[in-house]
Amino acid sequence: MPDLINAEEQLKRFEMRIAAGEKIEPKDWMPDRYRQQLIRMISQHAHSEIVGMLPEGNWITRAPTLRRKIGLLAKVQDEAGHGLYLYCAAETLGVDRRGMIEALLEGKAKYSHIFNYPTLTWADIGVIGWFVDGAAIVNQTMLAKCSYGPYSRANLRICKEENFHKRQGYEIVSTLSSGTLKQREMAQDAVNRWWWPSLMMFGPPDASSPNSAELLRWKIKLHSNDELRQHFVDITVPQAAAVSITLPDPKLRFDTSSGHWMFGEIDWSEFYEVIKGNGPCNKERMKARRDADSEGAWVRDAAHAYAEKHVSAGT
Amino acid sequence: MADSRKENTGEGELWEVFIQCETGAPHEHAGSVHAADAEMALQNARDVYARRGTVVSIWVVPTSAIAATSPSDEHPFFDPANDKAYRHPQFYKIPKTVKGF
Repeated sequence: MPDLINAEEQLKRFEMRIAAGEKIEPKDWMPDRYRQQLIRMISQHAHSEIVGMLPEGNWITRAPTLRRKIGLLAKVQDEAGHGLYLYCAAETLGVDRRGMIEALLEGKAKYSHIFNYPTLTWADIGVIGWFVDGAAIVNQTMLAKCSYGPYSRANLRICKEENFHKRQGYEIVSTLSSGTLKQREMAQDAVNRWWWPSLMMFGPPDASSPNSAELLRWKIKLHSNDELRQHFVDITVPQAAAVSITLPDPKLRFDTSSGHWMFGEIDWSEFYEVIKGNGPCNKERMKARRDADSEGAWVRDAAHAYAEKHVSAGT
Repeated sequence: MADSRKENTGEGELWEVFIQCETGAPHEHAGSVHAADAEMALQNARDVYARRGTVVSIWVVPTSAIAATSPSDEHPFFDPANDKAYRHPQFYKIPKTVKGF
């Protein structure tokens, strides 16, 4: 059985490289499961960036000042760019971009559950930047150190840009929370609605996370869902206090023995409902993506026609 | 680098993007874009990899035009350089009394 021995040997060498902190590059041998896990994660991450433009895009035309508007426009444009960095990283694993996009449009591929919540007021834009981008930064800072070279590099690029997203959001919340009573209430209301869904962004608890063990062993992830969630809570609590915002969790308390902020139970049934397609905006988001794809088809066709015309004309 | 990627899908041909972040610096691989032709590839590369004003030059190359070594080449292909200590300055001894050589 020379092939089997060879496969075992290859896996052993692969895992030794991972253990030594080496990066895996596209042409290197890798177990099929490693490739499949990465394709799943990176394409979901890419789809999340693209769908993530929709809730915030909703407020671009209604931003309260020009300063807020240019900031939000630049942020939403960054999300498009981040989606493209990630599709490009996924393509190095042998999947094509059109296939990934079609999987999303057909409802076969997932994206982060967080983008299925509505943006009801301007304060939501502030809280999304602060919580949602804040949580994404925690996750992506880890992924920038992951074992797969192209995914690591894409996340590094994303992290360099994403701090501005969090700051513009926190600035909005900070401004509202030092404003009129109505503005303060608006900020607090947005925080109340986004806090728990933001904590769910890190995924199910370690005990019921089906992919975690494998992802950690191959250093696709370096920390567990619960560790990342705890880190996010620890850094966010003082940020909330600094802008006189109350986080909607009566069980939130500082535990001196562990040095961490303890928080209440997360309602995972809500998370699984949203994942299944029953969140407040799932249908609206998917419709917006499908419309964008079909309405943009003529642009892709025209670009091809133009390129072919110039090739055949030799210019 | 993108060896196993399929090309010419509905999204256009695949192009590798190299950016130079200041004059005098080397062009470095940044990622890839899809585009129907070189002009559009440059515009897409600008929009995707140069949104912060820290890029002074961009190259785009059709992915299919890039030849690359493969990991199985690693040892035989690069071996000849491994045993040539005499290519490094440390191989050569100079008197300890010489300062600022």
